[in-house]
Amino acid sequence: MTPRSKPANLRFRLYTVLMVLGLASTALVVRAVDLQVVRKDFYQDEGDSRYLRDIPIQVSRGTIFDRNGEPLAVSTPVESIWGNPQQLLAHPEQLPKLAAALGVSNAELTERLVQRKDKEFLYLKRQLDPDAARELLDLEIPGVASERAFRRYYPSGEVLAHALGITNIDDRGQEGLELAFDDWLAGKPGLKRVIRDLHGHVVENVEMLREAQPGRDLVLTLDRRIQYLAYRELKAAIAEHDASSGSMVIIDVSNGEVLAMVNQPSFNPNSRISINPAFRRNRAVTDVIEPGSTMKPFTIAAALESGQWKPTTAIDTTPGTLQLAGGYTIRDFRNYGVINLTRVITKSSNVGAAKIASSLSSEHMYDVFHRFGFGEVSGCGFPGESPGFLPISKSWGPVEKATISYGYGLSVTPMQMAQAYAALANGGRLRKPGFVKGAVNPDVAVIDPQIAQSVRAMLETVISPEGSGLAAAVPNYRVAGKTGTSRRAAGGSYELRYVSMFAGMVPATNPRLVGVVVINDPGQGKGAYYGGLVSAPVFSKVMSNALRLLDVAPDNVQHWYAGGPDAGHPIGPASAPPVYPPDQPNYEEAVPQ
Amino acid sequence: MGMRLVVVLVLMLVVMASAIGVVYARHEGRRQFIELNRLNSERDNLNFEFGRLQLEQATWAENNRIEQIARGRLGMVAPSTTEMIETTR
Repeated sequence: MTPRSKPANLRFRLYTVLMVLGLASTALVVRAVDLQVVRKDFYQDEGDSRYLRDIPIQVSRGTIFDRNGEPLAVSTPVESIWGNPQQLLAHPEQLPKLAAALGVSNAELTERLVQRKDKEFLYLKRQLDPDAARELLDLEIPGVASERAFRRYYPSGEVLAHALGITNIDDRGQEGLELAFDDWLAGKPGLKRVIRDLHGHVVENVEMLREAQPGRDLVLTLDRRIQYLAYRELKAAIAEHDASSGSMVIIDVSNGEVLAMVNQPSFNPNSRISINPAFRRNRAVTDVIEPGSTMKPFTIAAALESGQWKPTTAIDTTPGTLQLAGGYTIRDFRNYGVINLTRVITKSSNVGAAKIASSLSSEHMYDVFHRFGFGEVSGCGFPGESPGFLPISKSWGPVEKATISYGYGLSVTPMQMAQAYAALANGGRLRKPGFVKGAVNPDVAVIDPQIAQSVRAMLETVISPEGSGLAAAVPNYRVAGKTGTSRRAAGGSYELRYVSMFAGMVPATNPRLVGVVVINDPGQGKGAYYGGLVSAPVFSKVMSNALRLLDVAPDNVQHWYAGGPDAGHPIGPASAPPVYPPDQPNYEEAVPQ
Repeated sequence: MGMRLVVVLVLMLVVMASAIGVVYARHEGRRQFIELNRLNSERDNLNFEFGRLQLEQATWAENNRIEQIARGRLGMVAPSTTEMIETTR
């Protein structure tokens, strides 16, 4: 036995062990505090992110209905197939199957995947109908999944294309009413938190973070049937007269609601590929035209308001031309001699209108035109609406005043024209044209009801064998309206291109509908181009059917028109629409050279 | 002493009941959330179906198509002015 030189220091050993144990447990406590208190949030988040996911809830865009509840634009769900390039490239043997299902070549697909090989998301095919998407998903290729989206369909196609506009691939409004009411229609996507398993399947819903708010529906004032009639007749007239484009607007006088707004050429809003921008233009509110003679009723209204003129006041238009200072000559189609104010409208006399204007102050004429809404956006709320152009009265010289009196030197949109005629039809009270059914739309007085009534009576004489608008006659109804034919201004000079117009109201005794027809470039410099020959028949055809659809009581039973020598002759069993006698081409009106 | 024991026992029972109650409420909450989601998605699917049917109906009732069939296949015509009589109700 080896004797111990020193006895063991038991006390020292004991302290050492105690100290080590004490340090160890302190370390444990510190670590525990660190994990449970100090870094709790971080670890909690890390843990949650392993299985919790916030996923958006898609909402559909509201449906657009016409005034009778017919759907015009409907969003239905479609599936967008997406893939994870990393996962797909890890299984190259699956790619040919996938490529075949997508309808692309294997090489093409592989190339697309390789381009995005550092990403985890790639749309393989967007907007597939749900059945086709199910077929694709049933192949059970790893890394392929689908995502719900919505696609907008327009069952009326071309007929309503301009009015409704279009949405983009993300279902947001791009043009037309889809854009104007985008916030109303769009809705807000919701967000919910779910627990997902390793494969991405949702195991459990945890909570709703944000309630989804589906898009709201919109009921328009447009009537699909009348819209179709206008579309059909306008298209036929444009084909018949070899014209380049045209528009028609129909307004309900009683409430300012737009019943129809069509344009040609049109496009199919259901196909997104390559739509010519010129076809997409909603000409009824974006394109301006010089109104020509359709402006004369407002000059006459100014004349009546001035108190210097009565419908029977005589004007000498001999010799059918009027020489203004500076060598500017105004022409009538022929010499109408001494005529009264009514006859100026019936015959569409430029000389008469210019002579009337010369007696009025520029400020007064401007004021009347402006009150009728010219020179300002109509306020119908359509995106991209043009205000037209009405020069301020200070800039009017004698020539400008004369030309403006018969509709040159200012420009208007077809919608503004319809709004102004609707004010005449509504007893001199102007309403903004509206597109939303049931919207509050107060009217404002712009002219004395008596004057509006007188102008309407004058406009009725246009729809007679004596006037320029006989072809606008609607059987069983009295029509009041005005034709217009103008040269198209281009590059500062007037070309051999015409604009044919007709603006009118029916039934004239208590107007319900106002219609404006504008046709550009009829006849292409060769055929007929007068408003009374090109646009007036469109008005007649559309209105005769629209009045029937709206069940408007006739005010002229069994007659074509109310004025002229044939007035009172009933419509016979085989009577064709009235035509001018061959020796009396009263549809002709003077067009400035 | 006996009184205190009773109180403690009762409180223990209450705690147990409350614990089970929490579990039950949580379970019930989840169950109802799942039910709510199921009903929501059922509503959505019915809405989508309705939308599709509306679309289909509108496509079939497209004015141009109706007109083609009425004029072409059925030989219908719009009555002329003289064939119409005015009635008042």
